[in-house]
Amino acid sequence: MPVLVFAESANGTFKKSNFEAVSYGARVAAQLNTEAYVIDFENMSGDVLKSLGEYGATKVYRVASDALKNFDAGLYAKVLNDVAQKLNATTVIFAFNYSGKAIAPVLAAKMNAGYVAGAIDIPVMEGNTIKIRKNVFSGKAIAMYAIHSENKIIALTPNTVAPVKTENKCSVENLEIAINATDSKVKVKEVVKASGKITLSDADIVVSAGRGLKGPENWGMVEEMANILGAATACSRPVADIHWRPHEEHVGQTGLTVRPNLYIALGISGAIQHLAGVNGSKVIVVINKDPEAPFFKAADYGIVGDVFEVVPKLNEAFKKFKAGA
Amino acid sequence: MKFLVCISKAPDTTTKIAFTDNNTKFNNDKVVFIVNPYDEWYALVRALELKEKLGGTVTVINVGAADTDAIIRKALAIGADDAVRIDAEPGDAMFVAKQIAEYVKANAYDIVLCGKETIDYNGSEVGGMIAGLLDWGYVSLASSLELNGNTATLNREIAGGHETVEVNIPFVLSAAKGMAEARIPNMRGIMAARTKPVAIVAAVASENYTSIISYELPKEKTGVKLVSADNVGELVSLLHNEAKVI
Repeated sequence: MPVLVFAESANGTFKKSNFEAVSYGARVAAQLNTEAYVIDFENMSGDVLKSLGEYGATKVYRVASDALKNFDAGLYAKVLNDVAQKLNATTVIFAFNYSGKAIAPVLAAKMNAGYVAGAIDIPVMEGNTIKIRKNVFSGKAIAMYAIHSENKIIALTPNTVAPVKTENKCSVENLEIAINATDSKVKVKEVVKASGKITLSDADIVVSAGRGLKGPENWGMVEEMANILGAATACSRPVADIHWRPHEEHVGQTGLTVRPNLYIALGISGAIQHLAGVNGSKVIVVINKDPEAPFFKAADYGIVGDVFEVVPKLNEAFKKFKAGA
Repeated sequence: MKFLVCISKAPDTTTKIAFTDNNTKFNNDKVVFIVNPYDEWYALVRALELKEKLGGTVTVINVGAADTDAIIRKALAIGADDAVRIDAEPGDAMFVAKQIAEYVKANAYDIVLCGKETIDYNGSEVGGMIAGLLDWGYVSLASSLELNGNTATLNREIAGGHETVEVNIPFVLSAAKGMAEARIPNMRGIMAARTKPVAIVAAVASENYTSIISYELPKEKTGVKLVSADNVGELVSLLHNEAKVI
């Protein structure tokens, strides 16, 4: 009974979160003494799909259909359920990203599967039970979950389990699944993507700013730092609420949760709700003029100082470093 | 249009999280419980706005024991017409979804709205599961909802942007930031909420596929390393040589 991994590309290329999910699936499969197969719905070229084999998948199955060109979580879940039945698979792995969050719960209902949404490490097997940790209370705690059901679905939180490259090679095969276009209920009319910007949820480095910036006109130096470091920009909730920044940038308990390698907080005091959204970050840098700001307690590195003085100097230092690196 | 808004009880966002019974239970002593913000601020308020514009009813549904009455009254005070409480301790997401899906099957609704996730278990699960169980369309992480007859147009968050989708009723959505602005209940609403009907419905038999064995708190940071504001170069060097993140 193979482990299936759902792979979704970003405009035809795979990214780190895909490699993470495939590698994770291969490691789960190894524990179950079986193999990991990747499922592709995008009819991608064999060479691109084979790159997933390097992360431990032994086969990639391509399910090609015009109906799948329209992203509909319900249809995707229905087809994945058919694929799982055809391949006799009981375990399915997703990345816990926008698509995973959309498809996995629908598939869980179709497969009668126990689902752990947002796993943060490799599971432990105990007989037919899988035990996995996931973040709860918006990152303020971690819970150990057990999945008791026969069918199991796990969505892996990006940037938590590093992908392992292997010598493995995989084959690519087409899988015939009867797909009824009328099963698609949700039609995509328009896709709007901010071009050239680094996606916040995938970013390795995030530069975030808060009310300490005093006004939206002062964000130039925040964006400059993000440009120098190849980082995404984010903000605290008050800043999004007063429309200094778009709400897509709001990071925190009621916004986006991010787990970059480096999170730089400029003029953010670090309320408990904000910390909940960022405390999975590997390294946190806080720059704030208030030495009592709670954020310093959650930080690895800090500078007590006025952002309007420190940030321009720091940008120059980052520039110099990048020029020398 | 008949709206059904799923509401969950969640600890207030300022709650300090702690556990009891050898770290197997959430310590709810002195915890203030609120309506899960995504359910209240976005799903409920957008349903109310559309009802005010187009007519219809807004029902809130909660799976919980009698201690969820306070959050149900809050939702009624904000403006829901009536409420349903499925009388059961909520188990895992599938247990909750099955209770709601069974209720929807027996009572016709056009749109089921959930928050995009609860702020306690953060799974983003119940909405998609209800859609899967009912075989209805599902729009996740929706940041806007407009209705034109029986067709809905929604914006949905995707990696690096959003997409606009169309779906016919009936369907299920999960609501994200942007869909509406939070409403504060007024005195009239609070008074009216006391007499609005709350139907208590027996739960259907359902098993839990997952359970929580234990909890732990994240490792605390060992202490911040402070760098002088006059020596920002040192920070760059620490990030490169020590933390190895740039």
